[in-house]
Amino acid sequence: METSLKRPALLISVVIALIALPLIADATGYTALMSLATRVLIYGIAAASLNFVLGYGGMVSFGHAAFFGIGGYVVGILYQHYSLGEPLLGFIPGTNQLLITVPAAIVVSGLMAAVIGALSLRTGGVQFIMITLAFAQMLFFLFVSLKTYGGDDGLIIRRANELPGLNMRDKQTVYYVCLAITALFFVILWRIVNSRFGNVIVGLRQSEKRMAAIGLPAYRYKLMAFVISGMGCGLAGALMANFLRFASPDMLHWTKSGELMVMVILGGVGTLFGPLIGAAVFIVLETLLASWTENWQLGLGLILLFVVLYTQGGVQALGARLFGRRA
Amino acid sequence: MTLFLEQMLNGVQFGVMLFLLAAGLTLIFGIMGVINLAHGSIYMIGAYAGTWVAAETGSFWLGIPAALAAAAISGVAIEFLVVRRLYQRDHLDQVLATFGLILIFNQTITILFGRQPLFVSMPALLDGSVELLPGLFYPIYRLAIIAVGLLVAVGLYLLINKTRIGMLVRAGSTNREMVRALGVDIRLLYTLVFGLGALLAGLAGFMAGPILAVQVGMGEQILITTFVVVVIGGVGSIRGAFFASLILGIVDTGLRAYLPGLLRQVMVGPEADALGAGISSMGIYLLMAIVLLIRPKGLFIRNS
Repeated sequence: METSLKRPALLISVVIALIALPLIADATGYTALMSLATRVLIYGIAAASLNFVLGYGGMVSFGHAAFFGIGGYVVGILYQHYSLGEPLLGFIPGTNQLLITVPAAIVVSGLMAAVIGALSLRTGGVQFIMITLAFAQMLFFLFVSLKTYGGDDGLIIRRANELPGLNMRDKQTVYYVCLAITALFFVILWRIVNSRFGNVIVGLRQSEKRMAAIGLPAYRYKLMAFVISGMGCGLAGALMANFLRFASPDMLHWTKSGELMVMVILGGVGTLFGPLIGAAVFIVLETLLASWTENWQLGLGLILLFVVLYTQGGVQALGARLFGRRA
Repeated sequence: MTLFLEQMLNGVQFGVMLFLLAAGLTLIFGIMGVINLAHGSIYMIGAYAGTWVAAETGSFWLGIPAALAAAAISGVAIEFLVVRRLYQRDHLDQVLATFGLILIFNQTITILFGRQPLFVSMPALLDGSVELLPGLFYPIYRLAIIAVGLLVAVGLYLLINKTRIGMLVRAGSTNREMVRALGVDIRLLYTLVFGLGALLAGLAGFMAGPILAVQVGMGEQILITTFVVVVIGGVGSIRGAFFASLILGIVDTGLRAYLPGLLRQVMVGPEADALGAGISSMGIYLLMAIVLLIRPKGLFIRNS
């Protein structure tokens, strides 16, 4: 998992490329590149959060879109109450300040993850996959039925949240804000993964019995990991709602959970930057295929099948193998 | 009262449809340990193949063998080409590969048949209603579905409990390695079970045709519900799948029928309808969560 950090030159050049990206987009006239990159960063955060429980902790959650959607809806609902001027539940004032909405989204999705995790982690294996899916579906149908917040049409956020001193109506600014948050997120995730806590999580995946035998409360550690992961997805959802200026039940749909899983697996399970690479590959593929042919899903499906059946460990491993063969 | 009985019958009919799908899924799940998201696609393939043949030939009855054959062939093909390579992999790879299959099948069907839903008319023999009790009229077609479902249930019971193949299936679900060690061709058995599951899914898809629209995406809708059935009933248990299907069918239909009415007494009409629809869609997932928390392995698996 430290391979990407053992090659600091690569990491630094990627960061420089990401910082220079808006200039490249301007210079080449390919302005769609920036919104593409913003989406990659946001999905990268969500996929990396999922990877923390899935890849490091070995807990296959099929319901992480729930936290993604909750993050989005926190931003949307707070904005709606702000624009209507009436407080939520009678006492929580709405807001359009990014510095409040994003932490709020993280806290709320963390709390939801605590509840869902506390219940789901009592099961394991296939049952865990299904119960996380069940909770996500419950929330999906809850938001579909909430007519006050748009029902299945979703919630339009007329303007992106404000950040003091910055013009958030500018796409480039939004991109840099997302980039900064993504960088911060990955630094924190890197610290967590390499901490004692992170090692316990990996140990739990390898053998829960062994961890229990050396006196660690497995359930509590797993729950903590699940909550952290949910908070990360909430952050991504809040950013996505700001970027799209839209929150809809689609964010919680089970296919979204599937897509997040696909990104994780494409990039390489249990690697720090794998999910970000996976998100990039997935979104670029989706966009490219969609621009070539209406039947892009066919191509995507075939590629997925190929990746699973013939590469072990996603695109990173494929690259390493091709590279190794050439060298 | 007649309305209540009618809703109960609707619930049983929905439950029986779920059972046809869940029986295959639970066998594949329980015996091979494969999470097959593409099971819903097979249901869709059965529906499209059967409906198309029925529309081309003008005979509903010719649609049945077409649906069964298309579903079974595609099931065996999926097993042979994809799923066979996934037995030794973890659940994650299985989910991803079969997710890819869903995309492939949905798009192929869209290319072949377009986005417009297909419709098939009911055969004259099954059209119309019959008076079950004084004042209780019920469509014959839905009764026929219930009958077919119950027949399949009995057939599966006999197959699993009274035949040699069933014995191997049961043995395989308890201890795969031991069965292989005893010299049974477990690969052939897997292909057979997969084909049988696909056949039942195709049957369900074709029978759903005249009631629901035959369209792309119909498989995913029912697939998730079917997973709920399988998990509630206990992975690998046909008996569990049968009872869980019926419970779920009745609970789901009941909630949809009565919840909006109950809510309307405390709320305004349209909002009550929306919230009622939402909560009744949540009902089955809530049921599953409760069941899993009390009996983590499902209702019909002994906790050991």
